[in-house]
Amino acid sequence: MIAFIKRYEGLWLFTRSPAAIIAAIVAFFSIFGAIFAPLIASVNPYDLASFSLMDGLLPPVWEDYGNPKFLLGTDDQGRDMVSSILYGARLSLIIGISAMTIATVLGVGLGLAAGYYGGRFDMIVMRIADIQLALPAILTALLIDGIARGILPTEVQQDLRVAVLTLAIALSLWVNFARTARASTFVQMQKEYVQAAIIMGQRPIRVMFVHILPNILGPLLVIMTVDLASAILLEATLSFLGIGLPADSPSLGTLIRIGMQFMLSGEWWILWIPTVFLVALVISINILGDFLRDVFNPRLR
Amino acid sequence: MVYFILKRLIQSVFVMIAVAFLAFSLFRFVGDPITQMTGVETSIEDQERLREELGLNDPFVAQFVRFTGDMLQGDFGYSYRTRQPVGEMIATRVPATLELGIVALLISLVVGIPTGVFTALRPRGFATQTILLTTLVGVSIPTFVIGIMLIFLFGVQLGWLPTFGRGGTVQIGGWETSLFTIDGWRALILPAITLGVYQLTLTMRLVRAEMMEVLRSDYIRFGMARGVPMRSLYFRHALANTMVPVITIIGLQFGGVIAFSIVTESVFQWPGMGLLFLESIRFVDIPVMGVYLVVIAFFFVLVNLIVDLLYLAIDPRLRVKDTS
Repeated sequence: MIAFIKRYEGLWLFTRSPAAIIAAIVAFFSIFGAIFAPLIASVNPYDLASFSLMDGLLPPVWEDYGNPKFLLGTDDQGRDMVSSILYGARLSLIIGISAMTIATVLGVGLGLAAGYYGGRFDMIVMRIADIQLALPAILTALLIDGIARGILPTEVQQDLRVAVLTLAIALSLWVNFARTARASTFVQMQKEYVQAAIIMGQRPIRVMFVHILPNILGPLLVIMTVDLASAILLEATLSFLGIGLPADSPSLGTLIRIGMQFMLSGEWWILWIPTVFLVALVISINILGDFLRDVFNPRLR
Repeated sequence: MVYFILKRLIQSVFVMIAVAFLAFSLFRFVGDPITQMTGVETSIEDQERLREELGLNDPFVAQFVRFTGDMLQGDFGYSYRTRQPVGEMIATRVPATLELGIVALLISLVVGIPTGVFTALRPRGFATQTILLTTLVGVSIPTFVIGIMLIFLFGVQLGWLPTFGRGGTVQIGGWETSLFTIDGWRALILPAITLGVYQLTLTMRLVRAEMMEVLRSDYIRFGMARGVPMRSLYFRHALANTMVPVITIIGLQFGGVIAFSIVTESVFQWPGMGLLFLESIRFVDIPVMGVYLVVIAFFFVLVNLIVDLLYLAIDPRLRVKDTS
């Protein structure tokens, strides 16, 4: 019942917050465009046959020499910018969402167990979390990526880039989930319903996931949105550094890295359009996260 | 108090051992050191002889002890890629990164603390709302985009500042500094701002949150009731108590500054440790990666140790607790 009222309250607050509405619209269209990229995009930027060098370096339509076929212009290879961005966003979101999901499952699982069992297990998990918290996420991700390069044979490296990148990002973000889940679990463990469930002889797994988990979802949801934004940023940063995805399967970060080469030569759209898109996407997700935090934490209002 | 310092020292040593172990495992298990060091034409027998000479067949623990001992004596091994001693390679890069990091941290504190206090004192003002919205945008813009924007505006469009490298440097006792030439400062401004912006938003938000928390506490209310001037309440009593967590965060932020300097250095081609680390990842140059980790961890532990000691100096309660 309380959850029900909260949900309506959240909806009501939502209609009162223009920033949240705009953010939701931007996020919705980005995700929509990313999912249906193959249907919307006029060309497939991964398919060399679908674009032509003859169309290279065309500016967006509103500039002189713009071609209505390419709304936001083309890059030096003649790839349509709209298609590149849609596919880039698709890749960025796929990596971001899967990394966030892996981090959530891992972090929440460990956090719940640490809070439930306490004792030595809790201590070990939290020590690992402390150590990792001292290392900034980007350093962890770079390190995991570097180790993967060393361990994996060269033949499979190209095929596994996306998986390695996702895992590197996930492993550098799980700590937030584990700490929050553990702290909330500790609070719930004091409650009578949990004690009752334990006394009734229910198995720990059931108590953790059926009874405790639904009651700690609020704060976790906030972290999920914030971490989705971090994951997307992290992926973009790694790809920008040239450590992430190669140029033949560009994510937003790779597009920006490619665009850097055109900063001095006047083809501004190759650099700035993906950049603006990335920033708008991340800002919207962060605003939604801030909004959710306010909804779940009425004290801050 | 001596006990506390001793305890922290021992903890720091354990952290360093753990990091050294990580670096050693990297070196030992990621790829085979022998195949990295020798060419294709080296015969199997020669490879085995080298393996024996280098002691790679010794027990794991013995190897780790030797590895740590070598490091303590300043022998960090050789890079797979350039064949140079890793210690030298990193040592020449340290000044660039530290100068960049410290200037960035200073920017974040000098701008972040006053704005944090201001936004806490006027929580509903228009200026506060604007600043808060700006910081939200600032957090969402990735470091490298901020760098690109600054390069584009001040380097390309206006042509005021250089967009890469360190500018003129001076050697002072083996420390290559760019802080004593105008050229060096001009080159430093953009990277330092790029690196400082994210930390600045963090500092500001933290100071604001702490300040608001302190302003709600009883002793401030009592001070108000007693008629203590607001200025004195805000800046003497409240601010002093806000500073304690802020100092901790500075310690933590130092790690962030060093890590994000990898990105900043890449954007501005700043010849620091971060750029070296990136190259070492790209070429799977494990010795350089490992030593970079150890060096970073060392700075990190050192800063956090200093922060803890500062704690003792600032918060008298910690000193009293020990004697009881």
